[in-house]
Amino acid sequence: MKTLKKLSLLDLVKKNSVPLLFLILGLLGWMASGQPLPMLLQEVIYRLSRNLILVLSLIVPITAGMGLNFALVIGAMAGQFGLVFIKALNMGGVGGVGMSMLFALPLAILFGIGCGAILNRAKGKEMITGLILGFFANGLYQLVLLAGVGTIIPIKNPEIVLAAGVGLRNSMELNLINYSLDRLIPFKVIINNWPVWVPIATFMLIGLIAFAIHFLQRTKLGQNFRAVGQDKHISEVAGIHVDRTRMIAMIISTVLAAWGQIIFMQNIGKMQTYFSHEQVGLFSAAAILIGGATITKANFGNAIVGTLLFHLLFIVSPLAGKNLFGDAQIGEYFRSFIAYGVIAVAIVMYAMKKARADKAESADSMVE
Amino acid sequence: MTMQNPLKLVGKAWAGSVDRFGYPKVIIFLFLILLSVLAIGQGQSMPGFIKDTLLRTSMIGVLTLAMVPGIVSGIGLNFGVSIGILAGLLAGCIGVEAGWKGVGGLFLTILVAIPLSTIVGMAYGWLLNKVKGDEMTVSTYIGFSMVSLMCIFWLILPFKSPTMIWAIGGKGLRNTIALDNTFGQVMDKALHLNFFGQQLPIGSLLWFGFLCLMMWLFLRTKLGVTMSAAGDNPRFAAAIGINVDRQRMLGTTLSTVLGAVGMLSYAHGYGFFQLYVGPLYMPFIPVAAILIGGATMRRVTISHVISGTILMQALLIIALPVISKLVPDGAFSEVIRIIVSNGVILYALTRSGGNK
Repeated sequence: MKTLKKLSLLDLVKKNSVPLLFLILGLLGWMASGQPLPMLLQEVIYRLSRNLILVLSLIVPITAGMGLNFALVIGAMAGQFGLVFIKALNMGGVGGVGMSMLFALPLAILFGIGCGAILNRAKGKEMITGLILGFFANGLYQLVLLAGVGTIIPIKNPEIVLAAGVGLRNSMELNLINYSLDRLIPFKVIINNWPVWVPIATFMLIGLIAFAIHFLQRTKLGQNFRAVGQDKHISEVAGIHVDRTRMIAMIISTVLAAWGQIIFMQNIGKMQTYFSHEQVGLFSAAAILIGGATITKANFGNAIVGTLLFHLLFIVSPLAGKNLFGDAQIGEYFRSFIAYGVIAVAIVMYAMKKARADKAESADSMVE
Repeated sequence: MTMQNPLKLVGKAWAGSVDRFGYPKVIIFLFLILLSVLAIGQGQSMPGFIKDTLLRTSMIGVLTLAMVPGIVSGIGLNFGVSIGILAGLLAGCIGVEAGWKGVGGLFLTILVAIPLSTIVGMAYGWLLNKVKGDEMTVSTYIGFSMVSLMCIFWLILPFKSPTMIWAIGGKGLRNTIALDNTFGQVMDKALHLNFFGQQLPIGSLLWFGFLCLMMWLFLRTKLGVTMSAAGDNPRFAAAIGINVDRQRMLGTTLSTVLGAVGMLSYAHGYGFFQLYVGPLYMPFIPVAAILIGGATMRRVTISHVISGTILMQALLIIALPVISKLVPDGAFSEVIRIIVSNGVILYALTRSGGNK
């Protein structure tokens, strides 16, 4: 009896070794940073609330066997178009957030169809293709906002359009919607005379989206995602429309990314028109992997734990770097190394496993 | 044979050239002609464009050449050439620290870069042998992680030269390090040609040409042919007794070494080192260049290297003043670069993709 219990504890540690490692790293970093608890708590809560939808948007493509969706930035762009839209019409409050989500929806669906079509032409190379697709789309995004606004798209608001009347300014104040959802249900906890805001409404929205994904996974479509993710050929034979299923996965992911970006910006309150979306794919992917997801498997637990741990590390590393090495910059470089490194390790592990399986399979076929 | 329908003729010429050179090259070429006509119409200085194009070609060329052994040995487009680039930068810092100057100093630095990049290249090649089929995704993220890891090292490496470290604080390497007192453009100072008042960089072009020739010759040696065979059809190569993994490692290492040499050639022409996140997206430039030249993920020749680099650089150089005269906003040329270079990479990725 006793050995059994011990074994299962060891198993638990083994199964969750990645999140545990980052938990230890984060806690050590926190101790080194000397940041007061309420401040840390506020940052962690805000970062969790504003990043979680973006991280959740990675789950469906992973289930459908398309790996980490680095084309997430394209969804974020759709979201930012939505924000430009409400800014042009000077809408604010929760209504403004809702309008921007509504406006971003058809764009995101369209972008998702485009991404899906392209990734269907690059099967087995979805991740690198998605990454490059994101870069490419970024060029188009800049072109549209620099040359299209004021010429084809009739936006006049001098607060966001450049003095010449063409092109958007580099940054955009979002004070009209700042915290509008986060503080829709005002709730704060006072810890050591420090108010810690808890964005109840945002967490409710996240819960709703999580529930919707959960529900979706149990439908026929959800089964198809898993089947396609497991084996495309067998799915095809079984009568599943593989390409269409993958495209739907991309559409869902892109729409969620668009909404996620809007929620993100709602919390930040200021948009860097040409840069705010660029790191979305990187940070979200790193977060879900730190939560224990792999290239082929991810769930809500991974998303929540990973977002928490990644952003804990993110918050404490500059101060920890300063206290340990006398240079905050070291901490900042360390955290970006962690983000890239975690993704690299996950991809290497996945690719090694796949290469071994391929080898075994080809050895089998040779024996036959 | 009466008069043919001119539209049909154009269509035929189009199909023929696309067949022969591939879409990217034909489209970029036509785009370049359009821009050139516009430039002449605007009264821009053509000799200046030619000089800038040749200078940029001599800078990027060796990095583009670094793509060749990767493609030939079967690892595909080496998005992780940043590993070689980092080795080149490290060697460069060592060279500046040691105070090496002039053409001799440049080649001493390259001599330091070669063993450094050979070691990391072999380790990288070993890793790529473990991840067959996913080399490009792996190499991209290995490259990204190495660049961000080196960011920490640039801050803490014990370099002392006052031209390299921050003036305030007295430690940590600077973001950009000027090479005008060491080996910046030394080859072109030694050897250049006057062309309508513009100095053409003959020295570094000869260097690029020499390396191209060496690669061309290498691919015709027994070893080169073996490497191509391993990359072309690994199963067949293994069946006739070629150690495919070894050939792939050789190709990867060569690519990495050329990446290091290419970085130093780039810095030589540019006159600066750019550390920290400078090399992060650098691999995408030579990858795009070689694809514009007409290479695919499996087939490449030296002519792809040369024509691709020249075409891409000419396009970017000429686009800047032409477009800024049409639309007075500086950011457009950067936008064009992003769209063109990622567009061709995307095209290559989706074309050879197909149900696998």
